[in-house]
Amino acid sequence: MSVEVAEEHGHHHDPALQHQFQDMDQQNESYVVGMWTFLVTEIMFFGALFLAYTVYRRENPAVFLEVHHHLDVFKGAVNTMVLLTSSLTMAMAVYHAQMKNRQKQMIYIGITILFAFTFLIIKGFEWEKKFHDHHVPGPHFEYVRGEGEAPIVKAPPTPVVSMRMSNGQNVNFPKDTIEPDFSNKAQLFFSLYFCMTGLHAFHVIIGIGVMGTLFFMLMFKHPNVDYYMPVELAGLYWHFVDIVWIFLFPLFYLIPGS
Amino acid sequence: MDHNASDLAHQPGETHQTHHITQPIVYYVVYALLVIFMLLTVGASYVNMGSLNNLVAMTIATIKAVLVVLFFMQVKMGTRLTWVWAAIGFIWLIFLFGTLGDYVTRNWISVTGW
Repeated sequence: MSVEVAEEHGHHHDPALQHQFQDMDQQNESYVVGMWTFLVTEIMFFGALFLAYTVYRRENPAVFLEVHHHLDVFKGAVNTMVLLTSSLTMAMAVYHAQMKNRQKQMIYIGITILFAFTFLIIKGFEWEKKFHDHHVPGPHFEYVRGEGEAPIVKAPPTPVVSMRMSNGQNVNFPKDTIEPDFSNKAQLFFSLYFCMTGLHAFHVIIGIGVMGTLFFMLMFKHPNVDYYMPVELAGLYWHFVDIVWIFLFPLFYLIPGS
Repeated sequence: MDHNASDLAHQPGETHQTHHITQPIVYYVVYALLVIFMLLTVGASYVNMGSLNNLVAMTIATIKAVLVVLFFMQVKMGTRLTWVWAAIGFIWLIFLFGTLGDYVTRNWISVTGW
């Protein structure tokens, strides 16, 4: 309808143009900015978790250093590769959406979905080991320090906990010397680990749903995916999920030791 | 003008869009850089640089994130409004991490009850 009206004025309007927008430029910008608004909220709530991580790691550097050795660097690195590659294939899907090549879009979206499943499977093996080792926070949590692990006597001097004594004086203790707390603090590490990688994995699952929907829409030639924007916005989401992992990987798997 | 625009609209890749179409070669180069940086960050974690380790790891992660945002997410080719919107999230993140100043400075002055 709007196309017919527009053509009377001598314009050729893109059939994807919604009537509330002046032109495709404005519509595209609105869609991209709308998606970014959503991503900003995502940055904020992931940011809060990253902040919590920073606060607790700063308070318990020695605990985080020791406990993080229970994570598998190799699996983490492979998963990083998997997600980076899936970002590339998603970018290629967006490219082919812009070029209006339906088959190649389907191929690249399909590959991206396979990578997403690969990521989850590797993650699943990692978590499975955590369940087996009683490293999942909760009533069954158990952290047994290995033979080779040196007892923590002296922590770096900076992080201290200030306690008020009965005589009214404040006494500072280096935090990591409070030995009985070690298991609790190890649990704190694993809580952050499961919370953050879990939320991330949840985003991967949602990504599979979004990309799967697009895949079937392309398969059945749904008119909405003639327009490249749905694939591009899904791509923005997927790249964001990749960015979160880019930070999670070094923070949990690569804590430097001294 | 209108005539030209509609002519171009029929060529794939030359439609009058908000953002230009990024060519695949750009994606491949960015991907190669991301992989190199990933290997760098793993390698760097095995080199003891003391307190510099964290800085190096986070710098590499930030460079990777910027590459993804600019090229994969096409913000580099985006409109100014897209730039502002993409930047806002990260600016607020900086404010959020500003609260760390409190944690860091708590012990600088001994105040009873803290």
